[in-house]
Amino acid sequence: MLKLNNVSKVYHGGTFGGKEIHAVNDVSFDIANKEIMSLIGESGSGKSTIGKMILRLISISSGSIDFDGVDVSNQKGAALKEYYRNVQGVFQDPFSSYNPIFKADRIFSFVRNEFYPGVSNADWNKKLNNSLEIVGLNPEHVLNKFPHQLSGGQLQRFLIARALLLDIKFLVADEIISMLDASTRIDVLNLLADLRKRGLSVLFITHDLSLAHYISDRSVILYRGYVVERGSTEKIFNNPLHPYTRLLMAAVPRLDKRWEPTKVVLETKGDEAGNTCPYFSRCYDDRKTEECKLGVPSLKEVEPEHFVACCGCTQ
Amino acid sequence: MTLQVEDLSIYYRTLRGDVHALESTTFNVGDNEIMGLAGESGCGKTTLGTSLILLKPPMKFIKGRVLLDNEELPTYDTEKMNPFRFKKISIIPQYAMNAMNPTRKIGKMTGELLRSRGVDYKATLPLLKERLDLVKLPESVLDMYPIEMSGGMKQRMVMVISTLLNPSLLIADEITSALDVASQKAVAEMLVEFRDQGLCKSAIVITHDLSILYEISDSILIMYAGQLAEKAPTDIIIHAPRHPYTKMLIATLPEVGAKYSEKRLTGIPGNPPLLLNPPTGCRFRDRCPLAFAKCVELPPFVEIEKGHFGACWKEFGPNA
Repeated sequence: MLKLNNVSKVYHGGTFGGKEIHAVNDVSFDIANKEIMSLIGESGSGKSTIGKMILRLISISSGSIDFDGVDVSNQKGAALKEYYRNVQGVFQDPFSSYNPIFKADRIFSFVRNEFYPGVSNADWNKKLNNSLEIVGLNPEHVLNKFPHQLSGGQLQRFLIARALLLDIKFLVADEIISMLDASTRIDVLNLLADLRKRGLSVLFITHDLSLAHYISDRSVILYRGYVVERGSTEKIFNNPLHPYTRLLMAAVPRLDKRWEPTKVVLETKGDEAGNTCPYFSRCYDDRKTEECKLGVPSLKEVEPEHFVACCGCTQ
Repeated sequence: MTLQVEDLSIYYRTLRGDVHALESTTFNVGDNEIMGLAGESGCGKTTLGTSLILLKPPMKFIKGRVLLDNEELPTYDTEKMNPFRFKKISIIPQYAMNAMNPTRKIGKMTGELLRSRGVDYKATLPLLKERLDLVKLPESVLDMYPIEMSGGMKQRMVMVISTLLNPSLLIADEITSALDVASQKAVAEMLVEFRDQGLCKSAIVITHDLSILYEISDSILIMYAGQLAEKAPTDIIIHAPRHPYTKMLIATLPEVGAKYSEKRLTGIPGNPPLLLNPPTGCRFRDRCPLAFAKCVELPPFVEIEKGHFGACWKEFGPNA
């Protein structure tokens, strides 16, 4: 359904824009119908940049993004609007997604004015109530209120309801539950999984591996804008191969097992040139080989549905 | 006993009345104990942590007593707290990453802070370098501006500054929440290291993430809507909780390995009550599956076994 082909993003930084920052490098993956795909990485790994590129909030530097076989990365005007009927996003902070001066349901009237100008009031209310019920909200309790009168979980579900008004096929969920409390976050997560049954595909961007495992079929692990491991979530979790994935798995705080006393190698600066393996400076010394210095390793299939980009892992 | 809090109540003064953010809390933190303090947002955990060190308006001291190393703290008086602050009791604030002055180099800022406490910067410099080494920061950070450091580095730097005067009690407010899993682990383990090396005698770790507490804390105190719900050694809270809120809170956490398709987790229905004119009695009763008539009275926070406290009529009451 959605396919990324060698997508890259270069930001220009520094005083006169002379410094190039490679946020996303040559990323390719695809998401099938009714699939939940997790995009996992630390801050600065480029995961949100990918989400924003799919939503066309920022331009892509090279590569293409295909939606149902059509390249959408340069669409404009009516075609782009048509794309937004199918693809919508929800972001991390529900409180800053609303204008606090206006009532929260203003986000619905925007959708109505833009996409459904000819719909009668009765039809619209029916549609709105229906989509609020899908996300588990009682319309009487939540409509006509200001953002501060609603909880974070309610606001986040409002945003999902807004996306559902458009009969979307694809949702970009960028860290949508990291700001919610434990008691409500699991409800929003279950909602995503329920929506899949209605034919929705989701790109679930997160840094929390246990949540990714809970909900997704396939996962992509990103490091500094490179895909280091991807494949079926089950296989990545049971058999993490890339040293970075292993580091992440070992550092996840969990309730059934305490941390093993392994040493965490913290990130250092430098080595951005792309002429060695991107993980070279943080990798364990006994795993480094001469091959690692030769360039960025490409993804290789180590078992069915499990790809890894590491010279030391694929031998 | 490093810290004894007796019947402490802190309200927020607002135009519409008092917000009962912290209601009659009584608990102890032992020597060399790392106590985790957990709860949902708005349950009063940060209020509790902050009020122990700096009672700033609109916080209002209502009643209670705080003893640190058997000495009463003048919690109610901001001026009189000055000799204790940072020397006996110190805090790593929430959003510590933004706590540093962006216009000063780290070294200069640390010097200014030390001078404000009447400590000589030059004499402390060897100690400072030793501590930087402990958190794996190079000495060169002292010549850097905060903007030149990553979030994890800033967090570690603030940890060093907060503990430089070897406080008895360290309050760590959400120090890991904004970090990636790898830095999260490093910072959490450094906190344990600080305690083990005696840089602080005891610590209160405030977080909403119970799984982090399972890794590092000795005991966990669960709060709900300004009241204490349960306190027990870490293993008991995680594996054998008694209070219904603790049970439900733990049930909402996905374990590594849990899958939606195999085991669907459920949240806790409902919302916490507003703390402006809060309901009398147990504040969890609207969401509690076990609630009964007695719950309109306030359940006492009683010790049921050694080190295991709880406030619930059904679980810990006389007829339980």
